[in-house]
Amino acid sequence: MPTKPAGTLYRGREGMWSWVGHRITGVVIFFFLLVHVLDTSLVRVSPEAYTAVIGTYKNPLMALGETGLVAAIVFHAFNGLRIIAVDFWKKGAKYQRQMLWTVLGLWVVVMVGFSIRHLSLAFGGH
Amino acid sequence: MTATIQSPRSGKIQPKYRRNGGSKGNFEMLAWLFMRLSGVVLVVLIFGHLTVNLLVGEGIHAINFGFVAGKWADPFWQFWDLAMLWLAMLHGTNGVRTIINDYAEKNATRLWLKIVLYAATTVIIVLGTLVIFTFNPCPVANGVQLPGGFCPAP
Ligand code: HEM
Repeated sequence: MPTKPAGTLYRGREGMWSWVGHRITGVVIFFFLLVHVLDTSLVRVSPEAYTAVIGTYKNPLMALGETGLVAAIVFHAFNGLRIIAVDFWKKGAKYQRQMLWTVLGLWVVVMVGFSIRHLSLAFGGH
Repeated sequence: MTATIQSPRSGKIQPKYRRNGGSKGNFEMLAWLFMRLSGVVLVVLIFGHLTVNLLVGEGIHAINFGFVAGKWADPFWQFWDLAMLWLAMLHGTNGVRTIINDYAEKNATRLWLKIVLYAATTVIIVLGTLVIFTFNPCPVANGVQLPGGFCPAP
């Protein structure tokens, strides 16, 4: 009878999933950055062209997208600091799991704050 | 007779035991280090960017041509944005390079994906840098001031 492979310290656990999350958020942010430099470049075309393209960022649907993007950046940033701690701090590898939960906790706190502020601006007008 | 065995990672490895064949130098190690150093700086630059542009005052509603003109009138924000552009693009490009190396198995596929990646990176860094330094708050086309610009009183 084939049995499931025994778990390892890495596969299917916090270490692996944080790596998956870090990789996906990294790529998403990179592609957004390409677009974001292009839209900002419109300040060299004309004030109206820039204000028009920025206007598209101000509708409520886009605000949800922006919130998702900020969520990706904040996760990547905090988890990136965790990776750095794993690599450079003597006890980093030992506490990598606890640090991941700290990252997720901080991420929730920051994102609740950001979402309230940004979405109420976008949906409420002011 | 005693043979001296150098401790691992002391850097004093006999050339024939080096894994990188000596040709690539320390490039991969420096890239690894750069990801970490740029990461720390990017946390400050990006969180500052998001706070100033989205959280304070009227948030996203305040962003328009005048907002950008106001920021780039100050060399501090020009330098901030320049550093953020270069570090984020180089960090992101190196990250995507790693991902290409991981998943693209054919030599030709890896080569082409990297050519496209480096071309895009070059265009974006050059364009972004030019935009920051050639920004004109009072743009003029055919001798006429464009509407929405900020021009000195005549
Ligand atoms: C906010 C601050 C940031 C921090 C602290 C950070 C940190 C890191 C670290 C430590 C790595 C791992 C490198 C390695 O494994 O050798 C990494 C990978 C990566 N980062 Fe960032 N980063 C940040 C911002 C960004 C930005 C703005 C982008 C996009 C432009 C980005 C894109 C990537 C990509 C694509 C990878 C590769 C992921 C992989 O190999 O799985 N990062 N980052």
